[in-house]
Amino acid sequence: MSDNKKAVVHVRLKDGVLDPQGVTIHKALLQMGYDDIQSVRTGRFFELEISEKASDIDRKIDEVCSKLLANPVIEKYSVEKLG
Amino acid sequence: MKVGVVTFPGSNCDYDAYQAVRAVLKEEVEFLWHKSSDLLGSDLVILPGGFAYGDYLRAGAIAKFSPIMDKVIEFARSGGLVMGICNGFQVLTECGLLPGALMRNEHLRFSCKFVHLRVENDSTVFTQACHHGDVLKIPIAHGEGNYYHFDDELKVLEDSGQVAFRYCDAAGNITDEANPNGSAHNIAGVTNREGNVLGMMPHPERVVEDILGSNDGMRIFESVRAAVAAASGLVKS
Repeated sequence: MSDNKKAVVHVRLKDGVLDPQGVTIHKALLQMGYDDIQSVRTGRFFELEISEKASDIDRKIDEVCSKLLANPVIEKYSVEKLG
Repeated sequence: MKVGVVTFPGSNCDYDAYQAVRAVLKEEVEFLWHKSSDLLGSDLVILPGGFAYGDYLRAGAIAKFSPIMDKVIEFARSGGLVMGICNGFQVLTECGLLPGALMRNEHLRFSCKFVHLRVENDSTVFTQACHHGDVLKIPIAHGEGNYYHFDDELKVLEDSGQVAFRYCDAAGNITDEANPNGSAHNIAGVTNREGNVLGMMPHPERVVEDILGSNDGMRIFESVRAAVAAASGLVKS
């Protein structure tokens, strides 16, 4: 049984950046009758499996997010560490 | 002039660019493989259209870590001429050589059609064979060409003349109807502050002879050729 750790990274568009997919999904929901839903924003998540021996992992995850997983011009990210 | 055309896995306009330079412009041209670290003495490096690395994650996000891109970035930072077309523009924004980002088209559809572009800055290396206000007929073919930047950054781009082309109607009017993808300020192409790197969503390499529906793309290639011929002091790779 591996003792590797996991981290979940959520990447989403910054507030104020138009999310055409979210808008389209929202329109579909309204058409389906879910008119209590006020808006939809989309995003994606990444599950990272991290070696139990890893050191300085917070800094490394932060680098991974800012260099690759998110485009800092339009996106923001949050990290949730599991185990 | 010697032109290098980068081929990433998933590039699909590299041959168009190659043929435009070789058969129509009649200049020397070489392909630059993405795993190579040699720009082969190019005066101009073209990052072509396509779907580099399948556009996985985001368009251009993986391509920026190709070995050839280390050299392209170094070349651009030392003043070398680099031009990104469509997917190449996306790569250039992802690697930070050009400002802003290219998002999903506002209407979410892939758009493949002729558009009109107005030349906004005729003093760049890439547009000097044009005049300010000239209207070029050049096609687009993209799903993620919606140019975005923050309002204060857009102002910087505008004030420093970095907007090279804007989507317009056939008469040159900048209208919402003429904007094919939702781009901020109808921006179709930008340069870096120094003016040696251009990114544009439309495809000039597809319109280099009348039989292709327009030869307006040649204005851009001819601009670069004139710049290279005039300035033997330009940086060589």
